[in-house]
Amino acid sequence: MTQVHELEATVDELKHLFSERAEAGETTLLNLGPQHPSTHGVLRLMLELDGEEVVRCVPDIGFLHTGIEKNMEAKTYLKALVMTDRMDYLNNMGNNLTYCLAIEKLVDVEVPERAQVLRVICAELQRIASHLVWLGTSGIDLNASSMLLYCFREREHILDMFEMISGQRMMTSYIRPGGVWRDVPAGFVPAVKDFLAYMPAKLDDYERLLTKNPLFLGRTVDVGILEPDYALAIGATGGTLRGSGINYDVRRAMPYSGYANYDFDVPLEDGCDVYARYRVRMREFRESLKIIEQAIGRLKPGPVMTEDRKVAPPPRSELSQSMEALIHHFKLWTEGFSAPDGEVYLATESPRGELGCYLVGDGGPKPRRVHFRTPSFLNLQALPHLGEGYFVADLVASIGSIDIVLGDIDR
Amino acid sequence: MSHIEKTIATIQSAFPGAIQEVIEFRGETTVVIASDLLVDVCRRLRDDAELDYNVLADLAAVDYWPAEPRFAISYLPYAMQRNARFRLKVFLPGKTPNAETVSTVWPSANWQEREAYDMMGIKFNGHPDMRRILMPADWEGHPHRKDYPLGYEEVQFSFNIEEIDKRKKYAKS
Amino acid sequence: MGLEQKLGNMGIATMTLEQAVNWGRTRAMWPMLFGLACCAIEMIATQAATYDVSRFGMELMRPSPRQSDLMIVAGRVSRKMAPVLRRLYDQMPDPKWVVSMGDCASCTGVFNNYALVQGVDEVVPVDVYVAGCPPRPEALIDGLMKLHEKVKREKITDWA
Repeated sequence: MTQVHELEATVDELKHLFSERAEAGETTLLNLGPQHPSTHGVLRLMLELDGEEVVRCVPDIGFLHTGIEKNMEAKTYLKALVMTDRMDYLNNMGNNLTYCLAIEKLVDVEVPERAQVLRVICAELQRIASHLVWLGTSGIDLNASSMLLYCFREREHILDMFEMISGQRMMTSYIRPGGVWRDVPAGFVPAVKDFLAYMPAKLDDYERLLTKNPLFLGRTVDVGILEPDYALAIGATGGTLRGSGINYDVRRAMPYSGYANYDFDVPLEDGCDVYARYRVRMREFRESLKIIEQAIGRLKPGPVMTEDRKVAPPPRSELSQSMEALIHHFKLWTEGFSAPDGEVYLATESPRGELGCYLVGDGGPKPRRVHFRTPSFLNLQALPHLGEGYFVADLVASIGSIDIVLGDIDR
Repeated sequence: MSHIEKTIATIQSAFPGAIQEVIEFRGETTVVIASDLLVDVCRRLRDDAELDYNVLADLAAVDYWPAEPRFAISYLPYAMQRNARFRLKVFLPGKTPNAETVSTVWPSANWQEREAYDMMGIKFNGHPDMRRILMPADWEGHPHRKDYPLGYEEVQFSFNIEEIDKRKKYAKS
Repeated sequence: MGLEQKLGNMGIATMTLEQAVNWGRTRAMWPMLFGLACCAIEMIATQAATYDVSRFGMELMRPSPRQSDLMIVAGRVSRKMAPVLRRLYDQMPDPKWVVSMGDCASCTGVFNNYALVQGVDEVVPVDVYVAGCPPRPEALIDGLMKLHEKVKREKITDWA
């Protein structure tokens, strides 16, 4: 059996994290362990409680650390793409997109127009799917258990669309460096249009269930207050920051994939509490639907992968006719394309916040260093501030509101 | 003058000799500075009303083994009101990679510096809570270093499946 | 389809105690909520309305190991998480079964490196392995059906 030994970490080593009352025995130390229904993954919280009130909250992460960044250094750029899907597992297309945009910036290759529009559609559908999981799991944490069933029913439609274009429901690896993997089949655009017609009524249903519900308001208003100055200092981004009134969206600050040409609003709320963050994300649903509708209107026939044969493999039909195509095919699938010796940083707006990819090339086919600036990692730093002084039940509501995904945090 | 050029001019006049190199690549500006002046430069970037870099977007550590200086830390200050960002880089020697913490300037660096310590072994002086964050507390070694092995396990194919099965330790019950 | 077919005219059914016990165990197996990573999302999707797993008696996902029979290890197990996994497995009362869901739990899938336990069967004994990254909800249900087949073949002395 693998050597599993228990780590006897005494309270002495962690004494500086808790208050003096813990040593005197006035307060209780409670472990909200890695396996808990409301921690949205394997997050461990060490709580110091005075009765029901939280005095100190210390997060302990790393239970899902997968070594993705080091493993990507051992693979070529294209093969490492597969690992990015599994990082933030609710934003697969978004992770692929961030990594591919960083490669395209480093290698300096243009992406065709149709591929950019398809990328926008996939990213926005992924945003809706991720927000549906957030709404379902936050709902069930606050005991609105029907939300989980409704949201996952809607999500099945989106996963069917992803399966139609790439063959996989979640880990699609559809967005590749230079464009997308292949053109969408004939049934995709009608399926998206059906979804656009079907979804707004469901969103109205959810709002009717929750937005003015006195039980929901009682659990979320004035809970988990995140002041704007503190939010900026701690590095929060995304819905967590916009719920405190700060207007920062990467799609507006550093537009990518043609986002500058789409007409959409960035929802802002001033409440700074869990309810404000809920309102922000509910409005983000509708903005995403708006963007998808505009994108569907812009789909024009054309190539979906760049013609640059140093980066993208040639279509199979060319292989029997052209010697250069055969050599490019061979080199790309065995050795992979090389990137120059330089570094780039590229950020996109994931459903959780600013997802950045810091890519350092070394002139060879494998990256020297890939570092992902993940939004949940920095958003979680705000959790002690959100929890201290409130009850344990309010802490559970706060964890749901900052929308963390442990794969994003631990990588 | 763009905001970044103004930033570089301000740093050059306030801290003469701090800037070692300025690199422009793919539309991004990287400023390499000496590691002992790091916290002073960062404090100036945040507090100067003209520069106004109130957010630290990213902190990443890179290992250039076997080249010396071996480690580099890349900071990304971001002036949100002016929408301007550039990269600040410091190089550290391989034997004793020590740097000053910038968590007093930008609190968001707290966990990111803990991750740099855990993964690369770079110690940050003055950090309030210098412990491992992702690996177990009693882990030895720093995984993201280039001389740390990946920990590859031999893959079982049909020609070696029995041989590996005998060696592999399965849980009995 | 059930016992009623066997009742006949007199309303008496005969079966061995073993069959009765195994039948009872398969019809209401309570899984433990042990979703770790991406496979957990597909496990929740299996539980949700479209691929309902409550038709097999499994809608009650208990977070407490003391009240559950089945541990579906859904996701990658890191070296930091392995002692926790073993401890939870030890806390489950007999009879208990383990389904290793997904490639990462079965053989670590894509991630052949220092940070993950290479297959959860190094830590706990596994009854059924379900392949996929992540496995479709139908694949997970197929795995659960195979587990039911396995339980039906158990002897009364296995858990004694």
